[in-house]
Amino acid sequence: MREALTLRSESLLSRANPLAKFAAVFLITLVLALSIDWVSATVALGFELLLFPLAGLTPLLLWQRGWPLIIAAALGGWSTAILAPDAGRILLDVGIWSISAGSLELGLGFMLRGLAIALPAVLLMSCTDPTDLADALAQKAKLPHRFVLGTLAAMRLVGLMAEEWQTIGMARRARGVGSRGTPLQRLRATLGQSFGLLVQAIRRASRLAVTMEARGFGGAQRTWARESTYSRLDVWVLVGGTVIAAAAVTAAIGAGTWNLVWASTGYPHNT
Amino acid sequence: MTPIRDGGVRPAGVTAQGWAWRHAGRPRPAVQGLNLDIRAGERVLLLGPSGAGKSTLLHALAGVLGDTNDDGGEAGDSDESGSLLIDGQPPRAQRGRAGLMQQDPETQVILSRLGDDVAFGAENLAVPPAEIWTRVHEALDDVGLGHLPLDHPTSALSGGQKQRLALAGILAMRPGIILLDEPTANLDPAGVLEVRDAVGRCLEKTGATLVVVEHRVAVWKDLVDRIVVLQPGASNDGAVLIDGPPDLVLEQAKEMLIRAGVWVPGHVPATRQRGSAAALPPGTAGTGQLLLAAEKLAVSRERPRRRGFKKLPPTPVQTGISAQVRAGEALTVTGPNGSGKSTFALTLAGLLKPVAGAVSATLELSAGAGIDPYKWKAEQLISRIGTVFQEPEHQFVTGRVLDELLFGPRHLGHGEERVDELLERLRLTSLVDANPYTLSGGEKRRLSVATVLAAHPQVLVLDEPTFGQDATTWAELASFLSELLDAGAAVVSVTHDQEFSSVLGGTELAMGTPEMAAS
Repeated sequence: MREALTLRSESLLSRANPLAKFAAVFLITLVLALSIDWVSATVALGFELLLFPLAGLTPLLLWQRGWPLIIAAALGGWSTAILAPDAGRILLDVGIWSISAGSLELGLGFMLRGLAIALPAVLLMSCTDPTDLADALAQKAKLPHRFVLGTLAAMRLVGLMAEEWQTIGMARRARGVGSRGTPLQRLRATLGQSFGLLVQAIRRASRLAVTMEARGFGGAQRTWARESTYSRLDVWVLVGGTVIAAAAVTAAIGAGTWNLVWASTGYPHNT
Repeated sequence: MTPIRDGGVRPAGVTAQGWAWRHAGRPRPAVQGLNLDIRAGERVLLLGPSGAGKSTLLHALAGVLGDTNDDGGEAGDSDESGSLLIDGQPPRAQRGRAGLMQQDPETQVILSRLGDDVAFGAENLAVPPAEIWTRVHEALDDVGLGHLPLDHPTSALSGGQKQRLALAGILAMRPGIILLDEPTANLDPAGVLEVRDAVGRCLEKTGATLVVVEHRVAVWKDLVDRIVVLQPGASNDGAVLIDGPPDLVLEQAKEMLIRAGVWVPGHVPATRQRGSAAALPPGTAGTGQLLLAAEKLAVSRERPRRRGFKKLPPTPVQTGISAQVRAGEALTVTGPNGSGKSTFALTLAGLLKPVAGAVSATLELSAGAGIDPYKWKAEQLISRIGTVFQEPEHQFVTGRVLDELLFGPRHLGHGEERVDELLERLRLTSLVDANPYTLSGGEKRRLSVATVLAAHPQVLVLDEPTFGQDATTWAELASFLSELLDAGAAVVSVTHDQEFSSVLGGTELAMGTPEMAAS
């Protein structure tokens, strides 16, 4: 957690304004959420993979940061392929599991779409510093600065809490509270440990609040040492997002696979 | 507030007249009848027993009193009377006039990048951005952190560096008065000097007023020009007990300060000497009997991490540690911060799994529980090895002092009769019904030692037991442990405190370089 919060990368995309990056990712996600088809997802995914070097990500780094999402997408696709109603030629039939051409296509579309939606999020997180994001939210999106900066400072404490959890667990074992044993005993131990953590979290948070207030936090007026700005790069980020979204829709309509979620009957019509 | 634009610091003066403050939900005032004048530019060391209201006064001067107290409660029905003014104005109305540093370094850091953290206070005072960065560079240079890049992660700083960073953040606000609330209580000796010297340099340069609260007088004595001793608020003859130049106060009030638990320079509190107890009670393990041994130990707090499908073993903070723990003998673990002292102690105590090497208990200690303490059940562990953590609150499991002490014996099904003796011995008898979280620092420490001892372990492991303790608690603790040692227990302590380890005697295990043996 802490490692992720203090991540510094000098890639091209890390210099773009976080809000522009958010807008671009939002556009792509919106289009992909509209249709379950493999063409739009594949096109978007292809473009995204091309973009990763700009965010300073290698395939290895991508796998290390995003492996849970990638596995989830693969599993989602697999189970869709098995469970979707059959349409077209049956390809595999083992007991209650059957995969038909139609359900395979649907499953593949699901997996690709999952990946195409998840990867921009990984990309966004790995090239956006939380402090820069807070600056943009407060200065550009005009969210209340008390709320934004309070949340930012609290996020630092979340990393500390992970260490504190481990320490409290050991401290309680040293008092004779076992974290091993029957599920009920373990549940009780976890609840007790959570309470200990909560007490410590509140203490830390109130001390941090005193520190922030003693540094003049909470006044009506405030200046920003780091001015959040838009640059020409942000225009390119927006254009990029729009191009990917448009290309995905155009390709899918051209290929005849465009398939709006709310118009769908659960499997593609045109197989 | 209008920003300070002249770039200089205007030292602030303090006047208190009949000032009193009662925290919400407390029956008695924390400070009562305070009459005090601090001239602009004066440097004051504030002393007094715990409960004398030192922190309350600093929080009031910082203008942060009344919003939340340390228990996190809202102060709805707190009481204030009399007046407490900075330059004739209430502190609350003067954002940024005073800068406050607290004890816990982790909560003195606000943002994740060095430069941003220093800029935070100046931003809040609406200082123009271009000037903020001038101030940030200057402040970082002044506290000796100027060599680090502005985007250096604050989480990578040591405790002493974090406190110096907090000082830089305060300096960037250009306050007229700097308030330090036990700024070095959580630091190792090197960190203490780092922070003290940085404060000294900054005062020399800015001429700001200083009020510092600290038990260890020797650290601050040469930096201040006045000592004010406060007494607990319930008394009627005013809150200030003694007030004067350091040398005079230390000479005239030495006995009184020692009684109040203050660390008076050149005075080591009297403790019980080792070996002066009567012969061992029958049935205890003979002195020198081997109980626990560490063999070529590599230690780490990390658990194995996952990177994709790969499982990475934790990186050890220290390797090749061998040590022996014997009945009736003390083992002191020393070394600089980050050398893995605490991690080693926790591994030895069966709380962390060794990365490499082994911890093995002899039959004398294990009594049928198996050789590896990490594999013992919690009940088996506490009756054999007791561990006292650095932060007492981490170990509290109930809401009442007496229940806290009975917790171990009840789980074990025996030993409840020993609780009364422990209560008596560690002066907790009058507190049996109190909530452990509401105790003072010294009381919490005594309770945490008592709770662990209630399970009657043969080996006692203590992590920095004397950190931030006043001289009275220190002496009680040292005497009590020397008594336990003479009664045949083994005591392993992780400490920077040389006086403490010399009271306990025994062997020293110095960490820092691998392959150290303690025999």
